[in-house]
Amino acid sequence: MTIRNLLASAALAVLAMPAAADVKVGMITTLSGGGAGLGIDTRDGFMLAIDQAGRDDVEVVIEDDQRKPDVAVQLADRMIQSDKVDVLTGIVWSNLAMAVVPSATAQGKVYLSTNAAPAQLAGRGCNPSYFAVSYQNDNLHEGAGAYATNEGFENTFIMAPNYPAGKDSLNGFKRFYEGELAGEIYTQLGQTDYAAEIAQIRASGADSVFFFLPGGMGISFLKQYADSGVDLPLVGPAFSFDQGILQAVGEAAMGVKNTSTWSKDLDNEANAAFVEAFEAEYDRLPSIYAAQGYDTANLLLSAMDAADISDAEAFRAALKAADFASVRGDFEFAANNHPVQDVYVREVIKEGDIFTNKIVGTAIEDRSNAYVDDCSM
Amino acid sequence: MTRERLFNALLLAGLVLVPLAAQAADEPFTITLATRAVILALAAVGLNIALGLGGLVSLGHAAFFGIGGYAMGILASHAQSYAPLAEWPILIEGTKSMPVIWLVAILASGLAALVIGALSLRTSGVYFIMITLAFGQMFFFFTISWAAYGGEDGLSIYVRNGFPGLNTLAPLPFYGLCLVLLCAALWLFDRLAKSPFGLALGAARQVPARVAAVGLDPTRLRLVAFVISGAITGLAGALFADLNRFVSPAMLSWQMSGEIMVLVILGGVGRLFGPVAGAVVYVTLEHLLGGITEFWHIFLGLILLGIVLFARGGIVGLVAGRGGGHD
Amino acid sequence: MSPILIIEQVLNGLQFGVMLFLMAAGLTLIFGVMGLINLAHGSLYMVGAFAAAGVAAATGSFLMALVAAMAAAALAGALVELAVIRRLYDKDHLDQVLATFALILIFSEGTRWLFGSFPLFLDIPDALAGPVTLPGGIQYPLYRLVLIGAGLAVAALLGLLIGRTRLGIRIRAGENDREMIAALGVDISKLYTLVFALGAALAGLAGALVGAIQSVQVGMGEPVLILAFVVIVIGGIGSIRGALVGALLVGLTDTLGGIFLPELFKLVMAPAAATSAGASLASMSIYILMGAVLIWRPTGLFGARA
Repeated sequence: MTIRNLLASAALAVLAMPAAADVKVGMITTLSGGGAGLGIDTRDGFMLAIDQAGRDDVEVVIEDDQRKPDVAVQLADRMIQSDKVDVLTGIVWSNLAMAVVPSATAQGKVYLSTNAAPAQLAGRGCNPSYFAVSYQNDNLHEGAGAYATNEGFENTFIMAPNYPAGKDSLNGFKRFYEGELAGEIYTQLGQTDYAAEIAQIRASGADSVFFFLPGGMGISFLKQYADSGVDLPLVGPAFSFDQGILQAVGEAAMGVKNTSTWSKDLDNEANAAFVEAFEAEYDRLPSIYAAQGYDTANLLLSAMDAADISDAEAFRAALKAADFASVRGDFEFAANNHPVQDVYVREVIKEGDIFTNKIVGTAIEDRSNAYVDDCSM
Repeated sequence: MTRERLFNALLLAGLVLVPLAAQAADEPFTITLATRAVILALAAVGLNIALGLGGLVSLGHAAFFGIGGYAMGILASHAQSYAPLAEWPILIEGTKSMPVIWLVAILASGLAALVIGALSLRTSGVYFIMITLAFGQMFFFFTISWAAYGGEDGLSIYVRNGFPGLNTLAPLPFYGLCLVLLCAALWLFDRLAKSPFGLALGAARQVPARVAAVGLDPTRLRLVAFVISGAITGLAGALFADLNRFVSPAMLSWQMSGEIMVLVILGGVGRLFGPVAGAVVYVTLEHLLGGITEFWHIFLGLILLGIVLFARGGIVGLVAGRGGGHD
Repeated sequence: MSPILIIEQVLNGLQFGVMLFLMAAGLTLIFGVMGLINLAHGSLYMVGAFAAAGVAAATGSFLMALVAAMAAAALAGALVELAVIRRLYDKDHLDQVLATFALILIFSEGTRWLFGSFPLFLDIPDALAGPVTLPGGIQYPLYRLVLIGAGLAVAALLGLLIGRTRLGIRIRAGENDREMIAALGVDISKLYTLVFALGAALAGLAGALVGAIQSVQVGMGEPVLILAFVVIVIGGIGSIRGALVGALLVGLTDTLGGIFLPELFKLVMAPAAATSAGASLASMSIYILMGAVLIWRPTGLFGARA
């Protein structure tokens, strides 16, 4: 009935001593429809780490949420009620996370976020069983704000889609940006034509543009912006410059600065090994979603070594210790279980025929998040 | 007709027995699936009143479904945060009581149906399909940008709402509530279909001129049907939100309208148990096919095509033969 | 707000409207002649964009890509017409809605199965890249001007085709009385396949032209499809002229609403709240327009009076 990935090696199982209890992981992610690329990368990154570990005490159940909140809730119910999973993970989108996470943690399950980390779950809604392994949603936008300030931009035009993550994005940017705003606009969610916005940018007298337009929206905007003759410097979070999308944007993205907590050229041993193994296994370059999936699996494995899943208190403490080699280098959890990590500035470059990113600087060092004081746990 | 009656009885027996068996076998998820099917069936029974009895092809019923969902979400979120909904002119508190929420959902979606219906029923045929779609989209875009209640993120309710004397947190009692409401809606549908009102409505669908000739106003008949239809779908929306403990604009998307319509047509338009059969089969397919392949939508599409092209009258029509509902 | 900005926004609205017209023309033609509601029209738009991206990647020629887009969409349209659609002509709108909804599912997931889940690359040709300076010092992307020109040219050609050619006479005859033209010896089923393929080719062309400045991905057709429906309902279903007027109205309302509503709200509200409220209202504006038109004229601006 399900795509079960029973990663048991029978021979080992026979030889093994009666060890700690098996951990069952339920992964809910987007594998069909428009946003499937992100979920597929999350899954592949996560499973790469599980495969590499070659352990027989972890089982992963993977299901497709079709990017629909009600389907995600239904899958979470099934995984908790029938499959009896211990840990849930994998959701890409904030609105799906808001649908699943509060009730999953209320039922005592651990939730490890591979991507979405909305403000509500970081502040008053924080929970000891919920860990954002990725970032807090605002982090990349804050990085962009800090970058704009460091570059000396004084009159930035900012835009994002008219939905909660878009508003969080502009607030995150403004939190670290010290200049003036040449304009602030909200576009429609799913909008594909940005001619009107580009005309406003041209007329605004801005010296730079910050935009948050994930997925297909970013592809459309970048192509149209490059063709418009407006050549103000652009900065945005990594979502529009991801490995999966860059090839579809092409030349239009060249040279654009974007902020990310990970990059494939990040110089540490774990990352080099990850990028090489991912390419060898899947024959494509990893994206930030793959990196976060990989880190999430390794965090889980590290906690399994330190504590037994049946002892919830100890297991959560083991997760919080974050005793694993992150592909993002130094990594630890703040009090509200969200990462403290560097936010980097990357630039889009071309390697041979492939468009990719390289790190050109650090926007903020050891960034925690703005909601840590609202969380009482 | 006896074959259809037998089929209906078997279906109803299945809806009672399968969850009981699942409870005994400690398979709570089967009950959750059955609850989903029953709630979707309720939404589809609502649409069936407009579509089957009134011949009104509404591609905007997700709006009512969503309004019901938001009625639950808004009331429960205020109760959850102890912040009153309004303090002036009268104090309105949130609530976690299902009967109150249901009433609000029915009234709110009925009112919306009254306004949308009054405007849309000026048109007919394809224009009606399209204008209901447009109203649905209006509500959809409104909820997406409605920051006070979560916008596109939606609203999460941590604990399911309560019903006096029942533990609604356990899957089986909640399922029982939904099933009772579905049966009530089916009873209403049956009564409506056989009442003078239903007969006049059916006549208005087939030969509007003749209805007008005997002094009845076809538009008025249709409007009443549309309001009842919207209110029942709204009630289903409140239950659906409670099942998921979550409500979001996705409930108002035009795909949702399409899905509710698919349920009705899959089961059999105008048939009493058509929406129930449609919802049960749809949820089962979604569950089984979704487990086999990521690309299950292809197979779902093929099955739907097969139904439209080769099995008019839907599943109930296939089992019970022609007669009964209209084609 | 400067006049230059306003002129530029009007051009943007025109360009958007003209592209909507390409989609809406096919839809309204198919409805007018065959009486069919085709929800799967957006899938043909997607087929066009994917075919263009594939051919452009293989040959490097944008012109070839456009030809391929039209051919692929027409072919897909003809196949679908032969296999499924022709069984729907004598059914009611309800069955048509359901069957074409099923086709959307099949097309979308089928495309994803063939091309994978990541967006494809399609760019505008170098010759048309970059902005040009219009009289009055307006900088405007050349490609968008070409789009406006191409769309208007297609509208004119379509007008000629329907008004002046033998095929056009048959199409108009088919709209009025299909039994009669069948009785006169016209092969009606061949005519239907042809009209459907023509509508599909227009959608494919729109997909390829727009795909070059947007994102070529699964599901790209559905938002456009809904807008195209709004267009033909405003214009009056079955009327090509109505589709053109409706498309321009929707294009301008959508574009200008997004700009001016927030500015308008700023007169009475704080800037941040105004931007957000204005954007919300702007996203609903075309549906409000459609509701208003239908309440005023229940069969659209150019529709046959009921």
